[in-house]
Amino acid sequence: MNVTIVDYQSGNISSVINSFTEVAKGKVNLEVTSDIKKIKFSDKIVLPGQGSFKSCVDSLNQIKGLVDTLKEFAITNKKPLLGICVGLQMFADIGYEEAETKGLGWISGKVSKIDNQKGKFKLPHIGWNEIEIQKESKIFKDIKNKSHMYFVHSYEFIPEDKSVISAITNYSSKIVCSVERDNLFGTQFHPEKSDKIGLKVIDNFLKL
Amino acid sequence: MLKNRIIPCLDVKDGRVVKGINFVALKDAGDPVEQAKIYSEGGADEICFLDITASNENRETIIDIVRKTAKECFVPLTVGGGVRTIQNITDLLLAGADKVSINTAAVKNIDLVKEASKKFGSQCIVVAIDAKKVSENKWEVFTHGGRNKTGIDAVGFAKKVEENGAGEILLTSMDKDGTKSGYDIDLLKTITNSTNIPVIASGGVGTLDHLYDGIVKGGASAVLAASIFHYGEYKIKDAKEYLNSKNVSVRL
Repeated sequence: MNVTIVDYQSGNISSVINSFTEVAKGKVNLEVTSDIKKIKFSDKIVLPGQGSFKSCVDSLNQIKGLVDTLKEFAITNKKPLLGICVGLQMFADIGYEEAETKGLGWISGKVSKIDNQKGKFKLPHIGWNEIEIQKESKIFKDIKNKSHMYFVHSYEFIPEDKSVISAITNYSSKIVCSVERDNLFGTQFHPEKSDKIGLKVIDNFLKL
Repeated sequence: MLKNRIIPCLDVKDGRVVKGINFVALKDAGDPVEQAKIYSEGGADEICFLDITASNENRETIIDIVRKTAKECFVPLTVGGGVRTIQNITDLLLAGADKVSINTAAVKNIDLVKEASKKFGSQCIVVAIDAKKVSENKWEVFTHGGRNKTGIDAVGFAKKVEENGAGEILLTSMDKDGTKSGYDIDLLKTITNSTNIPVIASGGVGTLDHLYDGIVKGGASAVLAASIFHYGEYKIKDAKEYLNSKNVSVRL
């Protein structure tokens, strides 16, 4: 099996590479690339994302044909794609970080700043928080409800169709921490930084 | 509910772990990669490396340590010490650090914080503030590992780094560091009350109660300690179980 981590020159993807490499060892052929051809012929794609919504979308758009290739892969052909952090957020129609920015529009919804109740909750939401599983999810196989995952973000994805939400976490309000629709997966938390339990999420994705 | 983080810190010099008493009298005690792995397996919520003399030395050593550690530890890794340029940050992130902590350079040039948080995202930019008490409820920022007095008010500076995009503040009390007499709770409380970003408490931990005080009395989002873990007095697990028994929520 060939799995591609999309390297679109945005943010720090070393940890994603390290964790996937650890889990994939001897089982999966892992590529880190922005080469459209390689992406097209992958079996699975990982779309990481760090920094702002705007900077990630801009970087994605910088690579000619990448957005269309990803869309064809994940939406038209329904092949498995996992978005991590801003990688998930970009599934939305629109994001409001830095400036109003159009997202990929794969899952209707918006990405807005977490309401921190006038400073009552510190932002970014940094650290380990419990996930509350909302529906059966392939990437949460053998993962207990209320497991701890590592988060770092100030913005949240608010999808219109709540049925896509596979887990939420509590921080000032119920924040979407993962979505799943067909073969489209996204986690707001960082499985690559979430210790053994995070590696299990990665393993589940690779085993799909 | 968001858990309070326990962060063991490894002070690294010439590729070896040391821990100073008030930043002098260093003792050599271990390989940083092995240490980080032990902490990670023991339940540390994050790992922190501080390259304590990096300002004057070769940077390749720490980058190599980060690279090796990042391949074996799957919890967040923060690296600080001698970070002066965007290139330094890029190198550490590429080696596998998740966050980079900026100290002296942030004081000298706040634009570095601004530029770095814009380029890499606030989530990976930590500003380390070394503060020393100068009078009642007044603290001043020190740089160069506590050697240089700046005349800058610590509270004002903390607000300034927040405005410029820092994602977290790593706050060390220079009066308490290495003393094992507990965090400077007044300093901590003052800074956590005047900023809206998470503050990591550092400097002075000698007992598990000190960790409790940092979180409950000081309002810290995370507590950092070196020697109590490093010399095996307590395991990370002991600290977590203790805090949990006192109703402080931690990741168990």
